[in-house]
Amino acid sequence: MTDQTPPTPAPTSPPAGQAATLEFQHVSKQYPGAATRAIEDLSFEVGAGQICVLVGPSGCGKTTAMRLVNRMIELSGGDILLDGASIRDHDPAGLRREIGYAIQQIGLFPHRTVAQNIATVPRLLGWPKARISARVDELIELIGLDPAQTRDRFPGQLSGGQRQRIGVARALAGDPLLMLMDEPFGAIDPINRERLQNEFLRLQAELRKTIVFVTHDIDEAIKMGDRIAVLRPGGVLAQYATPAELLMAPADEFVEDFVGADRALKRLALTHVRDVDLWTPALARSGDATAEVRARLAGSDVPVALLVDADGRPQAWLEEHDLRGPVVGEVSGRHSLVTVERDDILRDALSDLLARGVYYGAVVDRRGTSCGALSIEVISDYLVEHGAETEHPPPERIT
Amino acid sequence: MRPLVLAVVQLHDRTRNTCVNQNGFCPKWISDHIGDYLSPLWRHVELVVLSVAIGFALAFGLALLARRWQWLGAPISAVSGVLYTIPSLAAFFLLLPLTGFGLVTAVIVLVSYTLLILFRNITVGLQNVPGEVLDAARGMGLTSRELLWRVELPLAMPEIIAGLRIATTTTVGLAALAFFAGAGGLGEKINADITFKSNVVVAGLLCVLLAAVLDLMLVGLQRLAMPWRRAARA
Repeated sequence: MTDQTPPTPAPTSPPAGQAATLEFQHVSKQYPGAATRAIEDLSFEVGAGQICVLVGPSGCGKTTAMRLVNRMIELSGGDILLDGASIRDHDPAGLRREIGYAIQQIGLFPHRTVAQNIATVPRLLGWPKARISARVDELIELIGLDPAQTRDRFPGQLSGGQRQRIGVARALAGDPLLMLMDEPFGAIDPINRERLQNEFLRLQAELRKTIVFVTHDIDEAIKMGDRIAVLRPGGVLAQYATPAELLMAPADEFVEDFVGADRALKRLALTHVRDVDLWTPALARSGDATAEVRARLAGSDVPVALLVDADGRPQAWLEEHDLRGPVVGEVSGRHSLVTVERDDILRDALSDLLARGVYYGAVVDRRGTSCGALSIEVISDYLVEHGAETEHPPPERIT
Repeated sequence: MRPLVLAVVQLHDRTRNTCVNQNGFCPKWISDHIGDYLSPLWRHVELVVLSVAIGFALAFGLALLARRWQWLGAPISAVSGVLYTIPSLAAFFLLLPLTGFGLVTAVIVLVSYTLLILFRNITVGLQNVPGEVLDAARGMGLTSRELLWRVELPLAMPEIIAGLRIATTTTVGLAALAFFAGAGGLGEKINADITFKSNVVVAGLLCVLLAAVLDLMLVGLQRLAMPWRRAARA
């Protein structure tokens, strides 16, 4: 490290949980003999503890850009600063030991046990044996496996998902300032990929590492990224923005096209039920006078009343024939009642409504108490209000 | 005038009608004379072990050069291929004026025969290390030397040991001709009375046995060196 930035940590032993800032400054890369550049004047900054996703079609140089950071590929021009200091000032092997590295094909050492694999970087860093051993167990637990059962197995004895987790644990082992991840979940089936992504986000919430994450999958980028760098072929930065900005205001046609015609729907994946203006349903309890309920209905957004129990938990929507008697009677639970939680992802809630063929869902808080109603209309209002162009989707793109 | 004996020595009095005199297979004679074969056997072991060891050291060095400078691979392969095609007898006689009768001449020839097999197998073993394993290793900050000793060589072990097994077995057979270079061995014993079945069978069997024992030792080494292969299959 140079003395340009005053309080930089010693590069060999960063304190636990330390994360670096990363800055690309007019970075370019031209391979010898190539007519065009792989990376062209790439500049962006990643804050400490953020996940920056590099995304783009194949041949856009996203992997090249990532590999420039730990000098697996050498820069042709510009500079990359790690905590303010140029990566050129580190020798490559030393630099790489400070940077976690996880790739799609994992590349576990088949001749080493899980423990030995995870211990790779700590051993290179010369940690004492006891510390390495403790670190290995800590990481195996962190990724949700049992240390006693897993430690001494060889990679060939593990499932694909387990190997992927070990790969991530190995990348984390030296407590790196920065993690580089090249499509780490790319070779996993969709169901397990989703699980690994969620696990990883949960881990990241704890670890707060700075991460450069490469993917070709825009959905993964939107899900994983704090910031997304969209690259176009030729290694030119098309847009650098938060996922929400990217979906709401694509910088140009290329980004708009890459993000996809369903970007309105994608935005639903970033939104929670609590974020939209929920409707207030008329509540009715068993024994309430029907006249009173009808009066409440008149002032409500939802055309049917919601029957709740003594604790305010939704039981059923009351239909016209339920309100014929003088008082509201017991109504056995109807299939048409869909409840969603306030903290649910809006996309999942919409999917629930559509799957069950209903227009309204009762929204509950964590205790299960009714706190509003979600309707398809509410969701579409939200999207219109927040600038999504839903009127003219390009016809050829249905993804 | 006494006849000039060139190669085959008449050892026995053929006038008497015994097993030995009829050049037959004689267990009694064998058990009486087995001790005579021990010294040629040790010489044979010496020839094989020395040649394979030197051959391995050379091939290993050459393979490392070819790893560092890729373009060296083809010429090294070609030269060791040419050496491999020279008939061993011709090689012995060609070397005699230079290095004289004895162990050195025999070992030089035997080493040259191991080079092709060992160099190719070590090279193939190194080349077969999966690219993603190398990429991950480099990405974690292993230096080129650490990469070689901790990753590439352990993973190349199956091919390297397979090469050693072929080279050893081949050399046991070729070393039976080493007596042409005056280096002794079991071949000398066979040649001493090539018409006597008992002699040929004992010396020949010792060759086969030696090859089998050395091969078994290498198989054992392979199992010791690669616990992960057994674990993955279990």
